This record gives sequence, structure tokens and C-alpha cells, in this order.
Amino acid sequence: MRMPLLRIEGLVKRFGGLTATDGLDLDVAEGEVHALIGPNGAGKTTIINQLTGELRPDGGRILLDGDDIVGLPVHARVRLGLARTFQIVQLMGSYTALDHVALAVQAHAGHSFRLLRAARTDRQLTEPARAILDRFALSGRADRPVALLSHGERKQLELAVALALKPRLLLLDEPMAGLGAAESAQMVELLRALKGEFALLLVEHDMEAVFTLADRISVLVGGRAIASGTAADIQADPAVRIAYLGEGDA
Amino acid sequence: MPPETGARSKLAVAALMVLLAALPFAADALGFPATTPLVTRMLIYAIAAASLNLVLGFGGMISFGHAAFYGIGGYAVGILFQHARLSEPLFGMMLGTDQFLLAVPAAMVLGGVAALAIGALALRTTGVQFIMITLAFAQMLYFLFVSLKYYGGDDGLIVRRRNVLFGLDMRDDKTFYFVVLVLTAAFFALVWRIAGSRFGMVLGAIRQNERRVAAIGIGVYRYKLAAFAIAGLGAGLAGGLWANYARFVSPDMMHWTKSGELMVMVILGGAGTLFGPLFGAAGLIALETVLSAWTERWQLFLGPILLLIILFFRGGLSGLVALLSGRLR
Repeated sequence: MRMPLLRIEGLVKRFGGLTATDGLDLDVAEGEVHALIGPNGAGKTTIINQLTGELRPDGGRILLDGDDIVGLPVHARVRLGLARTFQIVQLMGSYTALDHVALAVQAHAGHSFRLLRAARTDRQLTEPARAILDRFALSGRADRPVALLSHGERKQLELAVALALKPRLLLLDEPMAGLGAAESAQMVELLRALKGEFALLLVEHDMEAVFTLADRISVLVGGRAIASGTAADIQADPAVRIAYLGEGDA
Repeated sequence: MPPETGARSKLAVAALMVLLAALPFAADALGFPATTPLVTRMLIYAIAAASLNLVLGFGGMISFGHAAFYGIGGYAVGILFQHARLSEPLFGMMLGTDQFLLAVPAAMVLGGVAALAIGALALRTTGVQFIMITLAFAQMLYFLFVSLKYYGGDDGLIVRRRNVLFGLDMRDDKTFYFVVLVLTAAFFALVWRIAGSRFGMVLGAIRQNERRVAAIGIGVYRYKLAAFAIAGLGAGLAGGLWANYARFVSPDMMHWTKSGELMVMVILGGAGTLFGPLFGAAGLIALETVLSAWTERWQLFLGPILLLIILFFRGGLSGLVALLSGRLR
């Protein structure tokens, strides 16, 4: 059997008496869109943060291409192709959208110990960065400080930055959070266009988006996956209906 | 944090350079020859403040021990001079030197190496811990030099003559002023280039959002440490120049109040701006000079003035300059 791109085995994370991740097993195949859904407090963001390296698990293994990455720091995992976006946008207020993407291009290209040549006029950075921004509705606003961008634009920029890292697996932490209906639809379109370029682990509350995008859905309750399958499987699963979807909520 | 560019700023920088180049002649012509050493002092402090600005202003690292590297630069020149004068080998093998082109680079290297060593430990912490650790290391060095009786201990070390540079008459205030001016211009040019480089973009990003920088695959520690070491190098240069200027070094150069003074210069001038440290150093020294000529209790007046400037002009004196030049437009 082929090794999945990402395999999580028996992952455990406790905060004092609370077990946020309770022996989670999960995998993401190459190019697959795997959605992680679950009620608030199910431990979705905790899992993302363990995958990125911001949180250290208390037990279990995280295998990327079969290698355990639990001991690696955040930046080293990104270099292995594990990028993420943030639920609450994490950007540099004084930098422009282009600066952000150019910085990601630069980070992906290798070290940044170039001290004398001007970065903002370096075409090796700005050209690929503009090409990425052109895929979004951001190209007209590339030279504005992000402090002046709308929430929807910043959410798109989060995605553009991740794209510049040429990831193999992208962790999307609620990309639709806080977006209006039109912006959400735009984001779904963007993600659909990216499908197949790399694998996605998608954490999202917007069920319509999840059912549109995901190849496979895992339902998380109390820090463990209670069900895993296609959208149809999940919608039909009685345990899921009781635990999560509720009556008429799907 | 974009470094000042554009035709207007280039013109302003050129005007500033002309002004500074003409200053000693104007000072003589107008009968204020004491202005030249005063501005020399401002320039030396401007280098020290600009080096601190690299970590504090651009990188967002609140280092409260920057005077340590300034003092090390000063002692490098002082100690090398003493060994040259007495023809005593240093560490049993090296001879001292009174050559500017050896002593001042030595001051820079030692300042940089000290910063590398202290930074390697201190940068494992952040926030208040980082402030306290940098302060603690600087105070340790301060007490180390107080205890070095061979080099004057508490009383400091007299450097009887300024270092020798080519055939220049370094005793002449005007000549020494131009040596300092050239080095100041070179250091500010270096900071300008660094601020706009790939490295500078990473540094500015670290200041604004370290979490984001890690999430694009950049390990922030190495970049912070490199910036810290370059800052130590700049402080060492300033200290080496000060030893030449004052012909005297003492542990007071490393005292925490000196670190505080450098911080005030950076903040007063406008942290994270290219020329802020120059304005801040000039402003603080000018205020001290004017107020202390007027009253013995000058510090009582200095405090409120600094408070008012920092409270009412966002971005310090750089903000004020930008405001005024905006009005003139």
C-alpha cells in the first residue's frame, strides 16, 4: 500500500485535565482534500497547531512521507512542504500584499542572508509574487499596506502567501471565517481551482463549502474522529447526525 | 519601514551632507569653533544610536544593554593604545597599536563578537526577560571593567594621543570631524541598504509578526542574532571613535544609564526610521548642552521636554521633520 502524504497516529494532547486530542488517527493522501469538521471545542485548531509545530503533542506520531516530524520546529516543517493559513489572519500591518508574497517567495527560495541588495526591486522576487497575486482578486491592490485591505482580501492574501511556499500539504484553518456570502463563494471558487495542485487539510464550519470541496470528511468530536468518509457517507451516518449535524442543520 | 527613497528624499540627504561638510568652516567663520567637536560628539552617538535602532527599531528587540558593545569598542582602542605606548605584549603575544586602521576595526570586531555571544543566549528569550538579560550582561561587563585595575578600574583609562591615520593631523578638531563624518555616512548607508534588503524585509517582518515569519518557513533566531551582531559591530565602531574623540575610556561607557541614553536617542528620533537616530542623538545632546549651560538642574527640564516630544509627535523627531516638510510642500 502506498504511504499517505500525511499520517497521524494516536495523537494525544492534554491541557491540564482536558484532553483536547484523544488518540487521533487520520491521514491525507497526495492531492486529496480532506475536511475536518466538528462542533466548537472539538479540538480542530489544536490539531492544526500540533501539525504545524506550534504545539507539542503529549503522545503519538505525525508522519510526513513516512518521517516523524514531531521534533521539528515550525519553520523546518514549512520547508518540508507543510504550509498553513491562519483562522485569525497573521500579517505584517505595514507591509504591502506584494511584500508578503515576495517574502514567502524569498523564504521558499532558501536563506535570506542578503544584506545589501534592495529586495523590493528584485525581480526574482516581485515577478513570481505578482504572478501569484494575479490568481486572486488582489492584483490591483498589491502595493497597498495590508492594514488598508478588507477582511476578505486579507483572507485571500493568507492563501496567496501559502501558495508562494509551493506546499505539498496546505492546512487551511477556517478560510471562510468572517467572510460574507459573496466572499465565501469566491473563496470556494479559489480553492476549487487549486484542487489537485497539492493536498489540503481543511478545517471549516461552512458545511456547504466542505461538501463542495472535500474528497473525504472526518468528523471530530471530543478530540477523536468518530466518522470518516465521503460527503454522502457522513450525511448518512447516524452517529454523526446525533453528535454533530443535529436536526435540519445540515 | 521603507527606507526613505524618491527624488525629494535624495535631495534632502544631499542637502544634509553638504550642510555637515560645510559646518566646521562655517563654525570657524562665525566664531563658534566649539561647534565642531560638539557635532563630532553628535555624530559618534548617532552611529551608536543607529546601531541600536537596527535591533530596537527595525527588529523590535528591546535590548537594554547596548552600551556594553559601545564600551567594548572604547576599551579596545584604549587598551591597544596603552600596550603600544608601554611596548607591553597583550596576552603575551600581540603588541598594541596606535594605528586607526587597526584599532578601530578591532573595536568593531570585538563589539560584534561580544554581541554574538550575548545575543546567542539572550535571544532565546523574549519580552521582559530579554530586556532583563541584556541589561544583566551589560552590567556584568561594567563591573568586570571596574575591577580591571590594570586598565584604570573605576577611574578609566587615558588615551594620550588619538590614533594615527595616514599622515592626518588627528589632533585637529576639523580633521577628526571629517574622519568621523565619513564613517557616520558609511554606517548610515549600510543601515539603509540592510533595511531595504531581503534580510531587512525579514527583520521588519519579525518585528511585526514573528508567528507569521515562522509560518513561511523562516527560523527567526538566526536573523535576530545576525542583526544583533551587526548592531554590536556598529556600537563598537562608535565606542572606538569615542575613545579617540575624548582620549579617555571608562566603565561608565557601559553603564546601564548609557544604554538608556541610547534608547532615548532612538525613541526621540523615531524608532525604525533611517535618520531617526541622527536626529535623536543631535537633539538629545543639543538639549543637554543648552539646558546645562543655563541651569545646574538641567535634567529636571530635560525630562518633561522629552516626554512632550514623544507624546505629541508620533515617530519622534523624524515624525516632526516629516510633518514640517509636508507643510512646506
